[in-house]
Amino acid sequence: MSTEKTFKLDGRDIPFDDGDTVMDAALRAGEYIPHLCHDPDFPPHGSCRVCVVGVNGRHTASCTLQASEGMDVDNSSEDILEERRMLLQMLFVEGNHTCPACEKSGDCKLQAVAYHAGMLSPHFTHFFPKRSIDASHPEMMFYYNRCILCGLCVRVSKYEDKKSVFAISGRGIDSRLVFNSPSGKLGDTDFSPTDQAASVCPVGAILPKYLGYETPIGQRLYDFKPISVVGDETARDIAKDKLTNGGPDE
Amino acid sequence: MTSPLETAERPQDMKRIVIEPLTRVEGHGKVTLLQGKNRNIRQARLHITEFRGFEKFIQGRPYWELPVLVQRLCGICPVSHHLAAAKATDMIVGAGELTPTATKIRRLMHLGQTVQSHALHFFHLCSPDLLFGFDDDVQHRNITGVIEDFPDIARQGVLLRKFGQEVIRVTAGKRIHGTGAIPGGVNKSLSLDEIRYLQDDIARNIGWAQGALELLKNIISEHYEHHMQFGTIQSNMMSMVRDDGAFELYHGGLRAKAVNGDTIFDHVDYVNYNDYIRESVKDWSYMKFPFITSLGEEEGWYRVGPLARINNCDYMRMPLAETERQEFMALGNGLPVQSTMAYHWARLIELLYCTEAIAELLCDPDLVRKELRIQGNLQGSGTGVVEAPRGTLFHHYEIDERGIVEKASLIVSTTNNNQAMNESIRRVANQYLDGNRLNEALLNHVEVAIRAYDPCLSCATHAMGKMPMELNLVDASGELVDRLEKRVTGRIMRTI
Ligand code: SF4
Repeated sequence: MSTEKTFKLDGRDIPFDDGDTVMDAALRAGEYIPHLCHDPDFPPHGSCRVCVVGVNGRHTASCTLQASEGMDVDNSSEDILEERRMLLQMLFVEGNHTCPACEKSGDCKLQAVAYHAGMLSPHFTHFFPKRSIDASHPEMMFYYNRCILCGLCVRVSKYEDKKSVFAISGRGIDSRLVFNSPSGKLGDTDFSPTDQAASVCPVGAILPKYLGYETPIGQRLYDFKPISVVGDETARDIAKDKLTNGGPDE
Repeated sequence: MTSPLETAERPQDMKRIVIEPLTRVEGHGKVTLLQGKNRNIRQARLHITEFRGFEKFIQGRPYWELPVLVQRLCGICPVSHHLAAAKATDMIVGAGELTPTATKIRRLMHLGQTVQSHALHFFHLCSPDLLFGFDDDVQHRNITGVIEDFPDIARQGVLLRKFGQEVIRVTAGKRIHGTGAIPGGVNKSLSLDEIRYLQDDIARNIGWAQGALELLKNIISEHYEHHMQFGTIQSNMMSMVRDDGAFELYHGGLRAKAVNGDTIFDHVDYVNYNDYIRESVKDWSYMKFPFITSLGEEEGWYRVGPLARINNCDYMRMPLAETERQEFMALGNGLPVQSTMAYHWARLIELLYCTEAIAELLCDPDLVRKELRIQGNLQGSGTGVVEAPRGTLFHHYEIDERGIVEKASLIVSTTNNNQAMNESIRRVANQYLDGNRLNEALLNHVEVAIRAYDPCLSCATHAMGKMPMELNLVDASGELVDRLEKRVTGRIMRTI
């Protein structure tokens, strides 16, 4: 008789090891739970809440929820889907996401998760915050408009690149990504396009300069496959690959 | 050369008639007419009533976004903005001459664009006036009437437009607002399957373009005098031509011809367009009024678009179109053809040219090659000019050392035709409305004259910041109580 520990996700048995989160075990078993601030290679953050699932009547983020035996996890009821759509809608209206003109469009996780969740409109009134661009770095750009404060760049820069280029500062609606340099400019940090953090942004907030729309429509990451099929690893590989392309000679 | 109907004295004494919204044109605009004693028309003006602000909000964006961002100015001919911006960014990235593949893919995209735009204009927007007459019942004088009475023509219009859109989709990724042109080149070439797909319908489309032209010529010849004098004005003509004087839509020098056919300037490098063209501002319009600097504001206004291009070029490279061009030019007896309704004729010669040119280009082996992009040293500014379906389109950008746009100026095709459209409606007002009790059919005559230019009023309203404005406060009895004026300088004055 098997001693494997399992929990149920939408009725399917999902095996897990001690210490696994529901997200870890589900992704390993090939079950997609939508997520934005989470990357399986890095410690969970639990900030975007898009991975919300229902467990014993409670709605909670699956990326920080320890798996335990006998759990009955709801990943696809209309209630859960509606909550995810609402969270996504809030992310869209809180920034300025003009996808039609965004370089990341087609390769963007926020957009892809929104498609996956069936979000058809922003629903809420747009905040239209006044935000700028940091173009001070010779090779990389930062677009405040599109940052969803997922904290992935913060974690990856710190734990992988051992650099601490990024931090999230402020509280509530005033929270924003800041750069660790005397001027506060990205160009004055030791950030480099070869850093792991340069390719981890799920949206079009951290992008290489000059490339623009080099990937034709039809060849972008999520043009033909939904995010549930593409997976995190492919997304990271493609983003890294883009960073190895050059721009115009300076 | 400008008409006295631009500004009437004592407008408050006259009856004001407004045609709003203008129908079967792209964007929002209105015409105001002032009728004085004996119903004489004393003032006629075309106004643009929407406001976009593109030049302002692209400031602060990185230059590589421009081709995709700026094309959002328009849903009818976004490819023209896409390509004009791409050409400007080619200069910015120091690309010099692009690869043959990149140039040809862009040319193909542009030809597809012109086909879809011209087909839309002739079949959907203008054929109701031309097929049924300007004063046909308004309930019937529309595309639904065309579908009912001339289903084959309506079908050809839809399918020709679709063909143009498919050319765009294959080259730019999407039928509207694609991403094909990037600074220094394109992001894709074509596959053999894509080429074969487009070649499938090409002979049929050339035939339909010929058919549309024949149809138009028959309509015009039935009431030749009426059509040739309708809204006709005398103007200079400006367009792009190839180095050898051939008809050109994508890249060449600027040529301007006077009413008597004399050359005003020729083969001007468009990068220096500012030395040849200026824009004036009038306090009653959001749209600027460009003019040829050497001739001054009064004499220097000009027309652009199909009429100007066919009048200005020495020949067309495509055989069927060239035969048609020669027949067309004979109308002018050696002088540029000035009839406003001849815009339709010229437009359909271009439609034929584009279908022929697409057929030729689809046989070019460079379309499948993989050399897509060239990059050089970053420059501080760039200018891109193309012949959009509606006429010459200018984009100019200046960037800072980080690659961020500091300044943008656009002169869009419809703006070039601003004075000419105003002159044409004044002529029509004089010809048909003067002294008459106005009704829908007569007012449609004004719209017919505007439609001939195929204006894109959305594109024409990109400017921001320098618009003069007038604010009137009127009491319940209609008495003017207060008036504020914002001058071109930005100064606000009370003028009562
Ligand atoms: S970052 Fe993503 S969601 Fe935001 S504008 Fe770009 S494509 Fe759209």
